[in-house]
Amino acid sequence: MKPYQNEQDLLKGLALGDKQTIEIIYKDHYNLIQSLILNNNGSADDAKDIFQEAMIVLYEKVRSGRFELNCQLKTYLYSVSKRLWLKKLSTNNHFVSTGVELEQSFPVEEEVEAHERRDAEFDMMEKAIASLGEPCKSLLEAYYLNKQNMQVIAAAFGYTNADNAKNQKYKCLVRLKKIFFAHYKNGTDHE
Amino acid sequence: MSEENRLEAVERYIKGEMNPDERVAFEQLRKSDADIDQLVVEHTFFLQQLNRFGKWKKFRSLLQVVHTDLAEQGSIRSTRLQGKARIVYLFNRYKRVGSIAASIALLTTLCISAIIWIFSPPSPHSQFEELNKKFTQLEYKTSKQATEIDQIKRSSAIPVDMPFTTGGTGFIIDPRGYLVTNAHVVNGAHTIVVQNNRGEYLATVVLLDKNRDLAILKITDDSFKGYGSTPYSISKKAGQLADPIFTLGYPRNEVVYSQGYLSARTGFDGDTLSCQIEINANRGNSGSPIINRRGEIIGILNGRQANAEGFAFAVQGKYIYQLSDSLRKADPSYTIRINGRSAISSLDRSEQVKRIQDYVYMVKVN
Repeated sequence: MKPYQNEQDLLKGLALGDKQTIEIIYKDHYNLIQSLILNNNGSADDAKDIFQEAMIVLYEKVRSGRFELNCQLKTYLYSVSKRLWLKKLSTNNHFVSTGVELEQSFPVEEEVEAHERRDAEFDMMEKAIASLGEPCKSLLEAYYLNKQNMQVIAAAFGYTNADNAKNQKYKCLVRLKKIFFAHYKNGTDHE
Repeated sequence: MSEENRLEAVERYIKGEMNPDERVAFEQLRKSDADIDQLVVEHTFFLQQLNRFGKWKKFRSLLQVVHTDLAEQGSIRSTRLQGKARIVYLFNRYKRVGSIAASIALLTTLCISAIIWIFSPPSPHSQFEELNKKFTQLEYKTSKQATEIDQIKRSSAIPVDMPFTTGGTGFIIDPRGYLVTNAHVVNGAHTIVVQNNRGEYLATVVLLDKNRDLAILKITDDSFKGYGSTPYSISKKAGQLADPIFTLGYPRNEVVYSQGYLSARTGFDGDTLSCQIEINANRGNSGSPIINRRGEIIGILNGRQANAEGFAFAVQGKYIYQLSDSLRKADPSYTIRINGRSAISSLDRSEQVKRIQDYVYMVKVN
């Protein structure tokens, strides 16, 4: 893996969502995080969830253009995972054993909190889209998420022409926005 | 201007799809109408949000794919605890709940089976239609054909112009070449050939259970290479009502996907061996695996009611385990190892289907 020696190159690859880069980071660091979780009352499935969440925190960070971690990638993932896991344990009312290799930690509280806010927003979006029902859900996903061309979408969904599909799409979008903003405003009121 | 039209104009404005004249006019409108101005700001935010959501979703599913691939390759330590450690973990976690649930379940089962036994009417079997394809023009057999077939069986290669009379679907349960299909698909077969995009192989019946309508086949062809392990597992549980399910089968000469949901926990006329599913099944779907969203096989499609469209019946997956046990007892040289944990539980449906389809075969019978 010579071309990926540099961690900054890895992070740049990650920002582009490159599969090979993800595999390299995964291979190098997954086992460490898994043993952290397994040694602290977690299951293998928990380990997978936590590691993937930490990867998402990292992904969001590098996507905003910051490739400077100020620490090793390994330390970063470890600190984020530990923070996430401690939070999860404390919400589940488990006894939290403190001082788990604290010396390896790196302050990540702010990033984890920002991640949780974003996660809640994405969750809202996911629920809003799911509650639309078909064909709205697939139509909007095809256009806005998978960036498919309107002609292609019209053909795939069986509309007679792209204009009809487009009209339908805007009707769906109006509905989606109403649902999303209703939840979004509620969500921000509570905070 | 309707709400949709207004939104369309705003979106075209944000995406820069307006021509210069339209743009000038729109900017005028935006200055004079505070509502439009607000809508532009709001929609810009919304599109950004949607875009980031799309990237996030894609990244998440990519992580799942990578995890599954690496776990399969063994590049990361296996996703489950092994042996003793796992048992201790599960025992500690579920001992209380487990014992309560078990006693309730036992009681309920006894009551229900007593009630069913007392009240169930004899079943009208004429209404039940098996879903094997019948190529009627080929159904009669002359003695000449029979001798030909015997020759073919001896030669052990797949003949070129073999006339197959019926067919169905089967799927791999043990990567060394054991398949499961319906008993009615292979009942009375002279020659069985299984085929998918990996190739075409000769197979023989090793066990036939007409009561449960299940059969185990073994691929006997020398050219069959075997697999690593099956991506799906076979579940001993029947599943919950309304669980989304899907199936892959061969109603045509090509693998066909369809989806539906579990609609009743018993099958045709209260049959407790099977369950009812809402799915589009056709002739040739007999023997198709019924798979839940975690990539676990919960049943084998075996038939539908003759006078009703849109739903079908499936033999429950746990009987595959019973069948392989009885096979081992009958002949210890057959030991079938069934994968108990799905490797594709967290993948997208399309990724799951991609991995499963190599393990589903068209079963052609003469």
